Parts: sequence; C-alpha cells; structure tokens
Amino acid sequence: MSLMEALRSALQAITANALRSVLTMLGIIIGVAAVIAMVAIGSGAKARVNDQIRSLGANLAIISAGNVQVGGVRLGIGASSSLTDEDARAIKREIEGVEAAAPFIRGQAQAIYQGTNWSTAIQAVDNDFFVAREWDMASGRGFDPEELRRGEIVAILGQTVARTLFGSDDPLDQIVRVRNTPFKVIGVAASKGQSAFGQDQDDIIFVPLETGRRRIMGRNYAKDRSVASVFVKFEQEATMVHGIGEIRALLRQRHRLAEDAEDDFTVRNLTEIANTATASARTLSFLLAAVAAVSLLVGGIGIMNIMLVSVTERTREIGLRLAVGARPRDVLSQFLIEATTLASIGGALGVALGLGIAVVIARTAGWPVLVSLESVLIAVGVSGLVGVFFGFYPARRAAKLDPIEALRRE
Amino acid sequence: MALIEARELSRIYSLDAGRVVALDRIDLDIDAGDMVAIMGPSGSGKSTLMNLIGCLDKPTGGSYRLDGVMVDRLDANGLAKLRNQKIGFVFQQFNLLPRADAATNAELPMLYAGLDRKARRRRALDALARVGLADRWHHRPMQLSGGQQQRVAIARALVNDPRLLLADEPTGALDSKTALDILALFQKLNREGMTVVIVTHDPEVARHARRVVRFRDGRIISDERQEPVRAEDGLKELQAETAA
Ligand SMILES: Nc1ncnc2c1ncn2[C@@H]1O[C@H](COP(=O)(O)OP(=O)(O)OP(=O)(O)O)[C@@H](O)[C@H]1O
Ligand SMILES: [Mg+2]
Repeated sequence: MSLMEALRSALQAITANALRSVLTMLGIIIGVAAVIAMVAIGSGAKARVNDQIRSLGANLAIISAGNVQVGGVRLGIGASSSLTDEDARAIKREIEGVEAAAPFIRGQAQAIYQGTNWSTAIQAVDNDFFVAREWDMASGRGFDPEELRRGEIVAILGQTVARTLFGSDDPLDQIVRVRNTPFKVIGVAASKGQSAFGQDQDDIIFVPLETGRRRIMGRNYAKDRSVASVFVKFEQEATMVHGIGEIRALLRQRHRLAEDAEDDFTVRNLTEIANTATASARTLSFLLAAVAAVSLLVGGIGIMNIMLVSVTERTREIGLRLAVGARPRDVLSQFLIEATTLASIGGALGVALGLGIAVVIARTAGWPVLVSLESVLIAVGVSGLVGVFFGFYPARRAAKLDPIEALRRE
Repeated sequence: MALIEARELSRIYSLDAGRVVALDRIDLDIDAGDMVAIMGPSGSGKSTLMNLIGCLDKPTGGSYRLDGVMVDRLDANGLAKLRNQKIGFVFQQFNLLPRADAATNAELPMLYAGLDRKARRRRALDALARVGLADRWHHRPMQLSGGQQQRVAIARALVNDPRLLLADEPTGALDSKTALDILALFQKLNREGMTVVIVTHDPEVARHARRVVRFRDGRIISDERQEPVRAEDGLKELQAETAA
C-alpha cells in the first residue's frame, strides 16, 4: 500500500468520527496555536524593540536636567536648569568610551514659508547630536563650527517639515521664518519615522544650539549656558553602566553637590530600557512555551487514548486484515499513520488558530506580525512527531494482536 | 503431491487450568481440486484445524506443508505472505468493513499484495462478477442481504487467485435457500479448479462436498468420498415447492 493510499484511508478513518477526532485534536490545536502565537508575538515584539533601538541610536543614554522622580519633575535648587553645554563637553572629554555628548534644547514654534504655516518642534543642537542619534542628512549639510559658535540663523529641516512647507520643491537655501526670524535652510535630515511613543520624529527643525538659545527658546536658556538634556553615545554597550556611574560622579562634582544632596539631573540608559522590553517579551514567550508543551503533552495523551479506543473498536478489522495477508508491520504503520495524520491535522488547525491570535495581539499592541514559514513547518512537524510518539504504543498493540483471537472478538 | 500435507499435526493449548489437546496428531492430505467438508461436534477441533491449514496459527507438534511450502518453519511475515497469496478465507460472520463498498472490500487482500489501484479495482470487479454481484460493486454491506454479503466475502477471498478456499461455517448465518446459493457458488468455483475446504456441523451442507472428514476430540474418526449433491438441483426443487 502506497503512502498516498495509507494517508487516504487514515483520513477516512478520521472523518468517519469527525467530532471525536476534533475533540481529540483539541490539545494539539491549543498547543500549536500557543507555539505559533508565541513565536509571532516574540519576534514581532523583538522586531519593534530593535526598530526603536535603531531609530533612537544604539548605546544611548540621556541626561536630563532636574531630578525626575515617580511623582514628576523636580528641578535643582536655585537653578532654572542645572545642565550646561560645558557639562556635555566635560563628559566627552573626561569619560572614557563616550563617542558623543550632545546637549540640546527643545521647543515648539510656528514655521512659515510663503504663507504656509506649520507648528513643529524646534531642537537646538550641535553636530554631536547627529552622531549620537545616528541621524544622517538626506541633502545639504550639517552645521559648521562657525555657525555653531556664532549662533547663525541657519536651519536643518526634518522630512515632514520639508514636505509640508515645500512639497516637491527643494528647500535648500530657501528662507523659513520662525518667531519672525528668517532661517536659511542648509540641510534636510534623513527620515527617522515614528518614535517609541508614536511621535513623528521627522516633524522637527534643527537649529544651532546657540541660535536656539538666543532667538527661540526664551529667557531661561539665554541667561546662562544651560541646556535641557544631553544625549550621550557610548562606543560599546558593555561600558555603558560603568560610564553612566562615572558621568554621575563627574556631574555631581561639577555641580558642587553636597555628599547627602540628591542628584540635580537624571541619567537614563535608553538601551537598557529597550532591552527590558525585549526581556519582558521573552518572559511572555516562555510562558506560552510552557502552555504549548503542556498542551502538546495532554494532546498526545488524548491521541494515545483515542487510538487505544480505536484499536479496541476495530479489533475484528485488524484480525481480518491480518488474515488476508497484512503483516504486523502493515498494521503498525496503518495505525501510526492514522495517529500522525490526526496529530498533523490538529497541528495545521493550531497554526491557523495561532496566526489568528497573533494577528489580534499584534494589532492591539501595534506590533508587526512576524510568522516564519519555518515556525509553521516546525509546529506541524512537532505535532506529527507527537502523533508518532503517542501513536506508537496503540499501533504496536494492534500489530501484536493474534489474528484468531482478533477475529473472534465481538 | 497433495496441496495440503499434514503429518502428526497437533495443537495443544496450555492453560492455567491445564492442557487442552485440541488436535491430536492427525494425518491429513487434501488434493488440489478437491472439495472437502470437515465435520464434527462442537469442540472437536474443526476450527483449530482450519486455523492451522489457514496459516493463522502454528502447530505445537508435527509438520504441515501447503503447496510444497513447509509452513511450520515460517515467521509471522512469511505466514502473512502465504495467507495473502495461497489462501482465501470465508467466515461465518462475513467480516466485511462496514464503511467500505463491495469493491473496496474485495480489494482488501490486494492492498497487501502490492498491486496498484487500477489493477486492484479491475480484479475486484472481476471477482464480484464471478460471484454474480457485478452490478452491486458500489453498495455497502448494510445495503446488501446476508447472502450478498457472503458473496462479497467470497469475492474478496478470490481476488489474489489463491490455491485454497477455506470456509468456516460459511452458511451458519444464512437461511437454507441462501445457503444453497452459496454452496452452488462453491461448487461452481470447485468445478473451475479451486480447492475448497468447508467446516460445518450441518450434514445438509456436507452432502455437497466430494469428501467428508469427521472429527471427534481432536482426532479424525472417519474420512469418506461421496457423490456430491448438486446445489443447483436443491435450488430447483425449492423453486418448484414455492411455486406449488
Ligand atoms: N485459544 C484457545 N485456548 C484454549 N483452548 C482453546 C482455544 N481455542 C480452542 N480451544 C479448545 O480447543 C478445542 C477445539 O476447539 P475448536 O474451536 O477447534 O472446536 P470446533 O470444532 O471448531 O467447535 P465448534 O463447532 O463449536 O466451532 C476446544 O476444546 C476448545 O475449548
Ligand atoms: Mg469452530
């Protein structure tokens, strides 16, 4: 009997008792659905986290002025902002393994070009910012040292701003007015897409730090050399934790904080935060894997049970087959194929259910659905193996039947 | 050389309660082309003998040769092959697969003979034609009468062109008219060259054989040749009776 025919007769046996077969498959269905959902959710979450790390820039920490606590923001005593661009420079100079330390101030303003009006984020930065965020230019150039030092009135546009104000025209060397100041566009930054919090990172205009201080951000920043935050990019992830400790010590010393005083700044390790997200996705994966393993085990036992019942019910048929010339191994393979087919169909249904679950969860969480063909094949393959494993004992029992006794059985 | 050669053939069941000698050192030869009835009271060892010559069971003593093959030297696979190729079984309870149609049922032995689908179907339909059921090949057992079901079982026994047809109480579940139909079929197959062995405790059935072997307590007590009654004649008589 060819494999094709064996499969066909196995299918007949399974569909002859459709309800019972489906109930038997339930364990496998749930197990495989869990596996598929697990893999899809796990890799989807991982992909999203990776995207975020990539769009943020790798090995990144952010230092913010003030001590951010659970309750909210508390600024250091006596200072509107405790962080200065001198601090940033000191960090870059004195802490080992720091590739870039980019001080910046962020504000909001209207940008106007030929009657088009657009409210956007204004970020006052120096060139380290583009290094830290791994942010390239799509066209034009970055700020030159003179422009930064003198606070010249030049701007780099984010993609969204460029598109909104200029459409398909070239913004380079055009004049955009912000707070009544005519900025000359010297560059257009590459697209960064959405941030982790769903903000459009391209809806932005960059100006030199000094320019921003004087002309856009208002009094507080103009008085002293303070900045809102500093991005610090490390060369390697491994040195980040140690480096952040050193930054804290350096800043406390520079800010002349007493031994028992709290920090007047906050350092967050963004890469670590991203990794935590990956880790929690992994925890979810382990949980689902456990569910899957237990369901597959239960499903396998269910299949064994139903196959034992089937062998008992069909004892006479087995006796007849043996009498007309089936060898024990023909009977063995018949029942093994039946168990495996049953389990594989369960696996296939499980894949369908798992995909459904993954799509729903991914939609809700805003993750991409990532299901590899590989994981589908593995899931169906594993269920087939469950069928072989748990079908073996009943099948062997069938093959060992004595034809005479089997034929006599009622 | 006889088709069946049994020498000192014994089958002893060892039970907790003791030994049961079901078959006690019997010698029996059956020639190819013969039609033999095995008779005897219940428990005399008829089915035990059938199982041995049908290669379903192995003797505990003696030797058995089927068509020149020493059966007692074969393993389970060898026995299976012998059953598949040389023997056709007909049972009292038909033993058809309830969900399969007549043709599929008749195909069953060929599944294990390695024939392809087309050849199987063709030979199954041929066999069904031989037993007079050509037009019923697509019926399931439930849709057939008892006699028709037994015909399907006989067709199934014929598909691999066996040397030997073994029937254990083939008419036990049938009324007397249907039983005559089946006997007529056996006689027809026998005339065409098939060796037929029928186990029965019904003397009416045994009258249709050319030779009658009687058993008691696991031994042969008589072995006689006779002029068989033609089942066709019995059927005609029956027709005349109902007409009258
Ligand atoms: N599997 C077995 N285990 C033990 N004893 C058995 C077994 N099969 C048959 N016997 C015994 O062997 C003897 C012969 O049994 P067998 O079935 O051959 O009788 P039979 O002539 O076919 O009877 P019947 O006409 O009732 O079918 C009986 O005494 C029976 O009890
Ligand atoms: Mg018997």
